[in-house]
Amino acid sequence: MSFVSGGARLTRARWSLYLSVGVIGLAVILLLAPLVGPGAHGRGVALMSPRAVWGDGIDATIFWHVRLPRTLAAALVGAALAAAGCAFQAVLRNPLAEPFTLGVSSGASLAAVIAIRLGVASVAGTAGVGAAAVIGAVAAVALVWQLGRVGATLPPATLVLAGVTVSMFCGAAALVVQATADFAEMSRMLRWMMGGLEWTQLATVARALPPLVLGAAVLIWLGRDLNALAAGPEAAASVGVAVGRTQTLAFAAASLLVGTSIAIAGPIGFVGLIVPHALRATVGPDHRVLVPMSLLGGAALVVGCDTIARVLGQLPVGVVTALAGGPFFLVLLVRGKRGSALWRSE
Amino acid sequence: MVPTGVLALADVTFGYDARAVVRGVSLTVARGELVALVGPNGAGKTTVARLAAGLVPPRTGTARIDGRDPATTARREVAQRLAYLPQRYELAFPFTALEVVMMGRYARQRGPGLDSAADEAAARAALARCDVAGLAERRFDALSGGERRRIVLAQALCQGAEAIILDEPTAALDPAHAIAVAQALADERGRGAAVLIVTHDLDLAARYADRIVAMADGAVVADAAPAAVLADPRVQAAFGVTLHVGALPGGERFVVAR
Repeated sequence: MSFVSGGARLTRARWSLYLSVGVIGLAVILLLAPLVGPGAHGRGVALMSPRAVWGDGIDATIFWHVRLPRTLAAALVGAALAAAGCAFQAVLRNPLAEPFTLGVSSGASLAAVIAIRLGVASVAGTAGVGAAAVIGAVAAVALVWQLGRVGATLPPATLVLAGVTVSMFCGAAALVVQATADFAEMSRMLRWMMGGLEWTQLATVARALPPLVLGAAVLIWLGRDLNALAAGPEAAASVGVAVGRTQTLAFAAASLLVGTSIAIAGPIGFVGLIVPHALRATVGPDHRVLVPMSLLGGAALVVGCDTIARVLGQLPVGVVTALAGGPFFLVLLVRGKRGSALWRSE
Repeated sequence: MVPTGVLALADVTFGYDARAVVRGVSLTVARGELVALVGPNGAGKTTVARLAAGLVPPRTGTARIDGRDPATTARREVAQRLAYLPQRYELAFPFTALEVVMMGRYARQRGPGLDSAADEAAARAALARCDVAGLAERRFDALSGGERRRIVLAQALCQGAEAIILDEPTAALDPAHAIAVAQALADERGRGAAVLIVTHDLDLAARYADRIVAMADGAVVADAAPAAVLADPRVQAAFGVTLHVGALPGGERFVVAR
């Protein structure tokens, strides 16, 4: 057993070590990322001098008004998506569960596309479309849950099947809505579907903070319950977990996180898949460390991807995470096929 | 009528859709008693165990755990009194054996904190009792079926409950470990626990149980001392075999089915 994943259980020493590394690592990334940008004439990478940040030149304006809000938003979105993925995986006992595979992102996108088509953007601005996305995300989770549950339990197989179904339906419906849109609406819709942080303002970040903190706090609180759920609802109930309440709380918190992050940045895929998976292999499966580490790791990943997207020429961050996540998903799929308990329906 | 006994089912019925799986079953297990629930495949034994553990509510009749109705009692309170070992136990994530056993401490912990040294000591003691102390650091999902079985049993023991229900605790165990597990359960009975095991191992039932409850087709056909139940023609008819009960020079019974 390696040092990082070593030890028979999560001790206070290990917990502190992981969290310290996570916090310091994220702090370094957060300090560096806003200084990085494309070089002259859009070629190469340029590092802004920290001194310029405190001046009153164009660099300071770019730093404070463009890159800092964007970096902070990327951190919040990443933290939210990774923690939500972690929670979905724990409740559904399926490592492939994440906002994308569960249809949550498609539900949010469909709602956003409809809102744009109905002219919400011109009346209520981006915030109006964002609010529609949150409603769409929550509606999709509720629908998938209702379709997937058998009595009071949620077999992973039916739930993921329901997620895929809702996802495909929402995707097709969004295309139909798009087909009826004019050119300006269409380009706005496309930007939504790709996900991006280009136009984020500090006020948006501040507005998103309370729901994100609430959702994250609930999931951290549920750490021990999520551990027990790994053995299934009946085994968890046997050791004393209030299974129905835990599932409802975890779903509600995760939906809140996903909905809010979609409202900030549009759908960004695979973060909820990659981060918990990579961390489980590093810090172990105990959710009392996995959830907080997913918050930190998700933040670091999306800030990193967004910096790459910025340097590569103002790509939407969702494109970068999807390019990284696709192959990752494939690796999981191939490994899973080689026979693991994770892939059985129970 | 409200039944007495730590574990008590009174005239319980249960079914899926229109099909009745359990019909009018009454069953009690008192403190310091080890009861074996036997019967052919599909007799409804596992369903009765789940009803007794309060994991499913009966359609009619009453279930009580230490006098409480599990349907209206918080699951944490139930788990402080009752440990339940399911027939199958599969983990979705790669926890170590020690972590699995420590999940048994859930009902005695509060809030989101880490496990205490006392929790770890209780878990390690339970692992030692099940002869798997050396596996504490190993990944649960990488162990053999028999080893996993003993680790989940350690989880149930580590719960420190006054009642234990085990669904086939000795399935997949080699003879030496099956005897060791039966002995551990007899020890639990010795310290005053109420123990109910679902089993196909009639030898162990004959040797260790105070009573055997035999089921067939969703109903109880016999509930008495082991020798009487195994000699009962209705029980033999239910199994579709003739059961011969013998005794070793030390007085220990054994069962041969023909």
